[in-house]
Amino acid sequence: MNNKINFSNFFNMANIFSLLAVIISILFLFFKGLNYGVDFKGGTLLEIRVDNKNIQIQDIRSSLNIPELGDVNVKQFGKEGDFLIKFEKNANENEKFITELKKIISKKISSVINFRRVESVGPKVSSELLKQGLTAIVLALGAMLFYIWVRFEWQFSLGAIVALIHDVIITLGIFSILSFEMNLSIVAAVLTIVGYSMNDTVVIFDRIRENLLKYSKIKTNVIADISINETLSRTIITSLTTLLALFSIFILGGEILKGFSFAMILGVLIGTYSSIFVASPVLNYFKVTQKTLLKDDDI
Amino acid sequence: MLSFTKIKVLSIYLVLLLTIFFASLNSKNNNLIDKSVNLGLDLQGGSYILLEIDTKPLVNQKLQAKVIPIKKLLNSNKINFKDFKINSNNISLTINENKQNKFKNLFFKQQDNTVNNFITEYNKFELDLAFSQDKVFIEFSNFGLISLNNSALKQSIEIIRRRIDDVGTKEPTILQRGSKRILVELPGIDNPERVKELLGKTAQLTFRLVSNDDNFGSEKLILSENNEELTVSKRVVISGDNLVDAQPQFDSQSNQPIVRFTLDRLGAQKFGKITTENVGRRLAIVLDNSVISAPQIREAITGGTGTISGGFSFQESTDLSLLLRSGALPAPINIVEERTVGPDLGKDSIDAGVFSLIVGFILVILFMLIKYRIFGLISNISLIANLLMIVGILTILEATLTLPGIAGIILTVGMAVDSNVLIYERIREELKTEKSIIHAFDTGYNKAKITVIDANVTTLIAAIILFIFGSGPVKGFAVTLGIGIVTTLFSAYFIARHLTSVIVLSDKKGKYFKL
Repeated sequence: MNNKINFSNFFNMANIFSLLAVIISILFLFFKGLNYGVDFKGGTLLEIRVDNKNIQIQDIRSSLNIPELGDVNVKQFGKEGDFLIKFEKNANENEKFITELKKIISKKISSVINFRRVESVGPKVSSELLKQGLTAIVLALGAMLFYIWVRFEWQFSLGAIVALIHDVIITLGIFSILSFEMNLSIVAAVLTIVGYSMNDTVVIFDRIRENLLKYSKIKTNVIADISINETLSRTIITSLTTLLALFSIFILGGEILKGFSFAMILGVLIGTYSSIFVASPVLNYFKVTQKTLLKDDDI
Repeated sequence: MLSFTKIKVLSIYLVLLLTIFFASLNSKNNNLIDKSVNLGLDLQGGSYILLEIDTKPLVNQKLQAKVIPIKKLLNSNKINFKDFKINSNNISLTINENKQNKFKNLFFKQQDNTVNNFITEYNKFELDLAFSQDKVFIEFSNFGLISLNNSALKQSIEIIRRRIDDVGTKEPTILQRGSKRILVELPGIDNPERVKELLGKTAQLTFRLVSNDDNFGSEKLILSENNEELTVSKRVVISGDNLVDAQPQFDSQSNQPIVRFTLDRLGAQKFGKITTENVGRRLAIVLDNSVISAPQIREAITGGTGTISGGFSFQESTDLSLLLRSGALPAPINIVEERTVGPDLGKDSIDAGVFSLIVGFILVILFMLIKYRIFGLISNISLIANLLMIVGILTILEATLTLPGIAGIILTVGMAVDSNVLIYERIREELKTEKSIIHAFDTGYNKAKITVIDANVTTLIAAIILFIFGSGPVKGFAVTLGIGIVTTLFSAYFIARHLTSVIVLSDKKGKYFKL
């Protein structure tokens, strides 16, 4: 492949774009916040299947007009007659609660219903799960930072971490804008995104390092350009195969995996972008040259 | 890089065959070795329940039990005291300041201490003293609280296990989680609500006389049958601890479901004595602060068995017997997290998951075949080997496959080709400058190696952290992702490389292939 694209010409523009996207994301996260699901907010989630397929979503809604439940949210979930119900009350406070609720709904909509899934999380556990999820993400970032620092120079480590934070913030920002529900599996998705983005960045960094050692008189920007171009076909092909697999889960994998795979698709796209347009320019800003690599006392 | 010794080739394929053999153990008609991948609760259906014990009432209860020994100790040593009071987490009393030292010495006596147990495990006393002028406070030491907590938790786990075994669920998992929690996993359970009711009940059973004046004090309790308010003595005649058995039965006259209980020797004696002395009075049967029934004592019951009738349904009498047999929990237990998946949803999830896996797999295989032709084929063979190895290793570890775990495998399929892509792209670059094809392949593999390892280690870090911090289904994702990385490296660097070397070496001029 001889497709030579001068990526470095776009670095400044891309960086301004990224900066804006990060700022907008932070504003959204700050003012709108994330739509925490039952896992992180506490409360109850029910997935129900109604035998009578004529039952509409508003029938379910009105059947749940019970003040005790708190804020109730009902949505269609996959096939006709399948609904997802969420409410604030923690169903575990009373062991008979679920059984009684089933009777009430079933009577009000006069149809047999089947509770396919019940998830109920108390307030203490949910705040712990949130803390655990955040710790996991921060730790993963830290561990990768350390690995890159050991394998490369600190400038590379910084570049990689800037790209990762960029990815995480923008992904979360988009979740906030879309009011996308955050649950445990989304934390897993974010961590995988972090891994994937890192993977992509490392491949380009490896090449930049190699080329820096090969050519001593070329500017860092040009080296970055050459390296990105050399690895471009790999970057595209791997993103494509990963996206093929992810789209297959997104479309065919059932309702439960939809949010998870959507988050991953978003992450793969942002991660691919960031390793080219965010991680590589950082090396340029820090004037990484052959000398940087040849210095023995690499901190 | 392209040369393989015979022994190397042999061991590569031996490893592959071995994992394929283990993978094949999952087929239905295997009865060779009892090993298979476990399905997570989200795939086979079932309940995940996290319980938390509440030790607060226990502290007060244990302090109450210390009252008599403490008073005995004070009296027998002629230490005068007044204002003896039991508070929610300590006991306060007033002792003259010049007697306090004597009390302190007795209180912390190493041998034959009837009040303050010495916990050898921590080398510390169970109770602590605090003085403020003539006021003395007796409270649990930190180690006392820990030991109280631990023993309550252990006992609770034991009782919960008995209750669950009695219900007869298959392969339950009951584990301690942290210092206050118990994790219960019940695969394939059809009535989680009933189990939840059984788990949440403390099941503290007491027999107490209904009275109007009693020097032990009395309290007002509600008779659950008809909401009648009864004044019940606080003095416990016999408690659930004296029970040796309880069985659901039908009353021979009314044909109502009842519970027949059998008392131990001590309980039978006490029960006989009380029923003899109090013929005509009512005896309240109290379960967790609510009176289930309060029959009149018609005659002395000395045989050590009796019945409880309380307008039960048969299910209720069965459950009550079960609770009484398993014993009372030492402290109240609350459900803090529950996740239940019905079996039909689990099956739907497997179907959808496996279907999307197959489709994703076919898409990737076709893509690689079109892009890299014969090397795409090699990459695909190594991809299939990769999948089989993942299943094989999951089987060897008897790991649990969850829905996110299936997603992890699909993701591996997408990302696994990355190693081969990296290598092939590198070889393609080398071919531009290098005349010898064998050389180009050799350097290609060599140079790509560092990148491949670096790239995979980062994903492996994510997987390990997920495994440590994730719970349930997310952990399943971490497992398949982590195993996927290892098998990917193996299949790219051993299987695919070997197959490549066979082709390249047999066709040195590159007639039949092009990258």
